[in-house]
Amino acid sequence: MAVSLMIIEVLLFAAARDLTGRDVVKVEVASPVQHADANSVSETQAGDVGNATCVTVSCILRALGQQYPELRLLLPSCRLAVDCEYVGPEVGVAQDAEVALIPPVSGG
Amino acid sequence: MVSQGPYIDLVEEPIQMELLRGRIDHPDAGAHGWFVGVTRRRTGDLITETLHYEAHNTMAMRELNKLAESALKEFSLLHLVIVHRLGEVPIAEASVAIGCSSRHRPETFAALEWIMNKLKKDVPIWKREVYRDGKEEWIHPNADIDAGGDSP
Repeated sequence: MAVSLMIIEVLLFAAARDLTGRDVVKVEVASPVQHADANSVSETQAGDVGNATCVTVSCILRALGQQYPELRLLLPSCRLAVDCEYVGPEVGVAQDAEVALIPPVSGG
Repeated sequence: MVSQGPYIDLVEEPIQMELLRGRIDHPDAGAHGWFVGVTRRRTGDLITETLHYEAHNTMAMRELNKLAESALKEFSLLHLVIVHRLGEVPIAEASVAIGCSSRHRPETFAALEWIMNKLKKDVPIWKREVYRDGKEEWIHPNADIDAGGDSP
């Protein structure tokens, strides 16, 4: 099966932004597998629905840690939000989605 | 009555309580309650000089609206206001104001605590402490980070 790389842009906030010195980073994520639904739960790493290829949240988090090692300590406590909604680790993310890394919050 | 449903806002300027008070008026209300969170100078041995808040604004507004709709139903509130300030919030100034009205006081008392607890768990807003000794740190509860040190 062919493996291609998807580039996902991830918005960074608070300490994540300070650790990398950037408010948005590009992360390369492998997208090797056919997938039935861009938003469905899947055990695979990625998928393709027509033109909408996707990768899973857990793949994005893993790739972030590999490509931005300065985030590694913070990542285990972070959540990922896709299009302004918190999402679980196996959810598929399309390339054009807005992805944000959400460190533990401290409003109030 | 000024408005129906929750009033949610993120502001960069001081929270103006006098402009918010009327928003929870309701003829059937027997209780009005407010919680106002303010910047504290001392946390243990640490002296805070000032605080800075930032948010994922779009998502924070969405999460606050979801939270407000849940609270209105859960506690049968008549009106609800949630306003959070972003940017610098000096000592003794308000970072967050939550107001609600209900027919009887138990719902108002319970709702204010419930809303604050949810806000501090799920709404993507972060604070950065600037201490008097010049140190600064983002507050990320339970996170392990090199850059900022331990969360108080």
